[in-house]
Parts: sequence; structure tokens; C-alpha cells
Amino acid sequence: MAVTVLIVDDSKLARIVANKALLALQPEWQRVEAGSAAQALEVISKQQVDIALIDFNMAEKDGLELAAELRQTYPELPIAIITANIQDEIIARARAINAAFVSKPITKEGLDGFVSGAALRLRSKNP
Amino acid sequence: MNPEILLDELERDALTEIVNIGVSRAAANLRKMVGQQVLLSVPSIDIVSQTRAARLIGEREVSKLVAVRQDFKGAFSGRALLIFPHEKSLELVRAVTRDELNAAELVEMEHEALTETGNIILNSCLATMANMLRQSLTMTIPVVIRGDSATLFEVWRDAPADAPVLFLYIDFTVRDRNISGYIAMLMNIPSLVAVKELIAAFIERVVGSDD
Repeated sequence: MAVTVLIVDDSKLARIVANKALLALQPEWQRVEAGSAAQALEVISKQQVDIALIDFNMAEKDGLELAAELRQTYPELPIAIITANIQDEIIARARAINAAFVSKPITKEGLDGFVSGAALRLRSKNP
Repeated sequence: MNPEILLDELERDALTEIVNIGVSRAAANLRKMVGQQVLLSVPSIDIVSQTRAARLIGEREVSKLVAVRQDFKGAFSGRALLIFPHEKSLELVRAVTRDELNAAELVEMEHEALTETGNIILNSCLATMANMLRQSLTMTIPVVIRGDSATLFEVWRDAPADAPVLFLYIDFTVRDRNISGYIAMLMNIPSLVAVKELIAAFIERVVGSDD
């Protein structure tokens, strides 16, 4: 099954870093990018997305608000919130909407746990 | 002046991201101190005169300000400030001492608590940035200054008032507490040239060719 990951970050550099880490971990996965929450919603309305990596601190709509919105439509979508802002409330809000938490700057090692878990969930859904 | 003159789009993006990560870590530390969530804006980055930088803060804050200031030196140099409206300063002290002090003790503790809070916030922010750029920075002892925004920005001898500086700022608020303020950073142009090179090297490392 082809897996598509949506990378949402208002920083192009951060998207490049996320792209590289994903490429190293799961070279066969497709990757699509969005520079804002609005763009992310547009992408996901047009194409299949299996996994979402979402930056927290974005102008207009932040990553947790976007994740909460996505969660309503896609209850099973594996979502990771990406941030260096490891405040308890932010971690709690991520947990409340069943999103994982990956700290910034993204590294291959830091992303590995979430990606392996997501890959496992996707395989068990689509054997 | 437009920052694009000195930094290209990806460099500016990288600098914003580095500042964002630095400030996010600082916010997580402030959260530990005050016991309440700290909300951050997205960083603003501009190249302006010091006078204009002062005005950018001054336009938004009519009251007197209190700031904790630390200068940093190394491959690049500049000044970092944690700024509050004057009337929020005691509220911050109350928050970091977890409401355990009476009014007299609060006033007595104010200076020390502000200095220590500034030290933790500014250091975690600057140290994160320095690490990401693989540089070490030395930081001066924090000082507390009071006055309007012009006073806070004016006495930086490294750059005359009309010389352009790189000005970064983020506003923050502490939830459920009447506390808000800014984290601001100023760098002069020679430092910006050094930063540009370090950012280019940083981009090369993280984007690089495939390893």
C-alpha cells in the first residue's frame, strides 16, 4: 500500500528537515507539504493522507487546532505534533486528541518511534 | 530596510526557525517557573534602526517598561531583553514565587526574581540558538532596567541609534495570569553578516546533500 505523509510547517527549512528524516526512515513513502493549516486542509481535501506531521507554532491557526479539526474527520489518522515547546499543557492537548509528540529540531531518531508506530497501525488496518 | 537585502528567503526562514525553537524552549522553562501555560507568538524578524526597534515596542505599550537585559558575545554579538509593562512586573514575581510572599516580601524580592527569571529565559533561548549554530556565546550578567522603550534600546554602544540592527521579537502571555511581555533580540550588522554565514552552514548541515 502506498503511504502518504503530510508535513505541515510554516518553515520551509523545517519541512526540508522533516522530509529528509522521513526519507531516511521510510524511503518508499510519499511526502506532501503544506506551509499553513489552511494549506494542509486544502491538501487533505484533495488527496489521500495516511499520516500527518504538524508543527505547533504557526501563525493564524496553530498545529493543535489543526490536529483537533483533522481528528474529527479522521479519527484514526496517525498525527504527530512537532515542537520544541514542551509545556505540560501542550503535551496534554496533544494526548487529548490522540496525537503523538515529537520534539524539534526533528531528527531521524526522534521521529522513529512515531513513524514505526504509525506504520504498524497502517499495516494492521490494511493487511 | 528589508531583511531580504541581507538574508535570502531560506536563510531568513532558518533564522526564524532557530529563534522559534530557542524561544519555545525558553517558554517551556518559564512554564516550569510560573506553573501556568505560556503562550507565544510567531517570531517577527526585521532589520530596522534601534530607534525604530524601540518604537515597535513603544507603539504597543503605552506604560513604562521593565526589562532584564543580557548582552552576548561570540561569533556574533548582540543584546537580548525580556520586557514587561511596568505594572506586570510584580505579577510575574508573584507567579514565580507561587503566591507565597506577602506584599512587602514581593517588593523586596522583585529585583532578584526578575533577574533570575530573565537569566533563565534569555539563557535557554540564546544557548539553544548557539548550539544549533554550533557556536559558543558568552553572556553578561543580567541587569534590570526601567523606563520607556527608548531607554531600553538606546544605550547600546555597539550600534549608533540610526544604524540598522537585526531586531527579533516574540510576544508572550501567561495564561490565567495577567502577565504579558516580549522577548527581544538586537544584533548589529557585522554580527548579522557573521550570523548569515553560520545560518548558511546550518542550512548546509540540515539540508545538505544526501548523507
